Amino acid sequence: MSTSSISSFQAAKKPLISSRTMDLLVHLFFLLVSATGVIILGLILVFLVMEGLPIFDKISVTDFLFGSAWYPTYDPPDYGIFPMIVGSASVVLVSTLIAVPLGVGTAFYLAEIASPRMRGILKPVIELIEGLPTVVIGFVGMVVIAPLLQNVFNLDTGLNVFNAGILLALMAVPTIASIAEDAIYSVPKSMKDGALALGATHWETICGVVFPASITGIATAVVLGIARVIGETMVVLMVAGGAAMIPHSLFDPVRPMPANIAAEMGNAAFRSDHYHALFAIGLVLFVTTFLFNLLASYFANKYRRVGEAI
Amino acid sequence: MLGSENRNRRRRNIQKVAFGILWATATLNLLALVGFLLFIAVNGISAINWEFLSEMPRNAMTEGGILPTILGTLYLSLGAILVAFPIGVGTAIYLNEFARDGFWVRMIRQGVVNLAGVPSVVYGLFGLAFFVIIMKLGVSIIAGSLTLAAFILPLVIGSAEEALRAVPRNMRLASLALGATRWQTIYRVVLPPALPSMLTGLILGISRAAGETAPIMFTAAVFSTAKLPTSIFDEVMAMPYHIYVLATSGTNIEETRHLQYGTALLLLLIVVVLNLFAILLRNRLQKRYKSST
Amino acid sequence: MKGLKKLAAVAISGCALLASPVFAGQLSVNGSTTVLPIMQAATEAYTNDNPETTFSVAGTGSGNGIRAVIDGMADIGMSSRWIKDSEVKQAHENGVYIVPFAVASDGIVPVVHPDNPVKELTSEQLRGIYNGSITNWKEVGGEDKRIVSISRDSSSGTYGVWVDTVLKGDRVSPTTQLLPSNGAIVQAVTSNRNAIGYVGIGYLNDKLQPLKLDGVEPSHDTVRDGSWPVARTLWVFTNNWPQGETLKFIQYVLHPEKGQKAVESTGYVPLY
Repeated sequence: MSTSSISSFQAAKKPLISSRTMDLLVHLFFLLVSATGVIILGLILVFLVMEGLPIFDKISVTDFLFGSAWYPTYDPPDYGIFPMIVGSASVVLVSTLIAVPLGVGTAFYLAEIASPRMRGILKPVIELIEGLPTVVIGFVGMVVIAPLLQNVFNLDTGLNVFNAGILLALMAVPTIASIAEDAIYSVPKSMKDGALALGATHWETICGVVFPASITGIATAVVLGIARVIGETMVVLMVAGGAAMIPHSLFDPVRPMPANIAAEMGNAAFRSDHYHALFAIGLVLFVTTFLFNLLASYFANKYRRVGEAI
Repeated sequence: MLGSENRNRRRRNIQKVAFGILWATATLNLLALVGFLLFIAVNGISAINWEFLSEMPRNAMTEGGILPTILGTLYLSLGAILVAFPIGVGTAIYLNEFARDGFWVRMIRQGVVNLAGVPSVVYGLFGLAFFVIIMKLGVSIIAGSLTLAAFILPLVIGSAEEALRAVPRNMRLASLALGATRWQTIYRVVLPPALPSMLTGLILGISRAAGETAPIMFTAAVFSTAKLPTSIFDEVMAMPYHIYVLATSGTNIEETRHLQYGTALLLLLIVVVLNLFAILLRNRLQKRYKSST
Repeated sequence: MKGLKKLAAVAISGCALLASPVFAGQLSVNGSTTVLPIMQAATEAYTNDNPETTFSVAGTGSGNGIRAVIDGMADIGMSSRWIKDSEVKQAHENGVYIVPFAVASDGIVPVVHPDNPVKELTSEQLRGIYNGSITNWKEVGGEDKRIVSISRDSSSGTYGVWVDTVLKGDRVSPTTQLLPSNGAIVQAVTSNRNAIGYVGIGYLNDKLQPLKLDGVEPSHDTVRDGSWPVARTLWVFTNNWPQGETLKFIQYVLHPEKGQKAVESTGYVPLY
């Protein structure tokens, strides 16, 4: 690339057209490169559909989504993923309940209260947590939290919904905190000054002015945090317990969708019904996270508009 | 009068308690990270020695070192960044320098946002169906690298865009006013000051690729190989997958605990050091921009 | 664009350097992690006698091993289960004839915590525990404690054998915990007094209590003579009848004094 641009620069004595054509070509080149992301996204969808849909020759969509039995290796097999959907939902619910107060609280602390020095420490901390390898988080869940839960609560197994929920919360907090902090930070100072001038305390200003003004931004953060948790694989594979049952308590083991795909793909025969069923689960996951991301974009746009109106 | 005095005190107390709670939630992050790192460090440090770093696993992976996993992770993450960085920077250049806001740009942006939200295990499925099977690359370094490249692409695009945006608009206008073409402006005026900042994306991309497990599970990583990889079409062992396998599927899980902790510590060190480096680099550059404008 | 071309040329030559030629004395073995220890031991012993032969041995799962042989990516595929109809069909479409070789036997043994007073079960009781009709230890002569049943993952070969021989086709109760490996089951059962699990015979240790089944003691002898009811054969598959180096290696693995000694050393049951 480098030599070509230099040669065109030096060739400036020649008619300008070559330089303009060059510019057009460069423009076209970057246009094509920039399409890569969209193309990959499209390919992901195409392959999930291509490899996932054949299972629906064998089983109806309703039986697949709401069937309560997953016995892919039996004859005749059953491909009902409802227990896994419930499994995913339960770990996501638990982690959301933990992560939202922590994440939003952290965001308010960072944006409103923290001294610059404290910010200087906490912001990198949050980024580092976000970057922790998920397999190491799952490993800690297996060797620390599981035995702890098993002994303290006298459980059959420490690998369960609660364990997975705690660890997934750890992973959702950075996402929620950093995005929510941006939203809180961008609330115009004039609005806050108005409330403070009327005699409100700082905390009352946060509750009465800052929070309402940043609510859509916080919603975006929460939705993105949830989306991340839904798709997280290693933690639920290692600590959720792996039983494809509908949980009755916080301490029951479950088998969330990503864990099921990761656990079974290595042994599924190529292009067997089992293989197609696992891709179909992938499609369900893809569509779910896609919808959550669209929802987040929707909130983000709304928030931008609110910001503009102010 | 006394009533309002009391009320004000109550309001101040409420604020104190509320701020205390917020402080606690924020500090919990710090505690979690420090506790996490300390736990792995304390348990893993005794496993790490020269033999651990430089030898092949022995005796059905219960003894010996983890050299093949270190090399595997190195190849996979370097391969991924080699593919993702040029494409990511190219995309950022297009979005930031060429494109005018319109349908196409909005579509690219939404695409990248959604790509960032695709679950990691779905990348694994995609890599299996596309790179391993359709492109006939097999379970190999190249298939794993390409899958990881797709996985880290949104991150690289994001940081490259940030770097480009930080370059003052006036510099571009000045260059264009002097008669330079758009490409000459980008190449000679915009990219040089943006490049160091793009390095943060490069480093973060490597670190993210090194730590991920799900995208390489069906595309590159295997339980055990007898030899070091000699070609990009070989399957490899990789550190994150090694931790997973030893902790869940090893022949003797308790006896290999020290290897699991050791591998976890090493992986954590690599990822945290790379991340810290990227954060520090970015903070430095941000300060430079602030002082220069 | 000269720069680009140069770059491409460098990249291509780089790839060529990285891609090593496959020379005659190299065998690739790929597949089941259950069979992996046997092949690791056998290849090690084989290279001592035949230093010119090099191996690449990878544990990737039975399905992947068979797929690799069908696709021509591996010389030998390891599998802990028999080949499936869909795989035979795939092989046929690729014009490949898959040849099976039995390399070892494996007994699968129900295990409990050593503190559990139950030391013996009938096959009907074991079936009841896993299909969910028996849920308390006192129903099989133990303490009044809930039974925590633990099984291998539904995609594993071991699970398939268990379902066929113990459950006789019944479904494993959905409350059963599914764990990914023998090692994980050993760990879960040693840490839970109310647990029952099943492992390959090579995984028995003094922290586990193996159960007698219908009065038969699990041992290498009872597995070999067929009186132990829950057993399976471990396989390797080749693409058509093996030739040259592959044939020589398989003969070595099947030799009672050579490869089968390696089988014994890894805790599995030799064929003879």
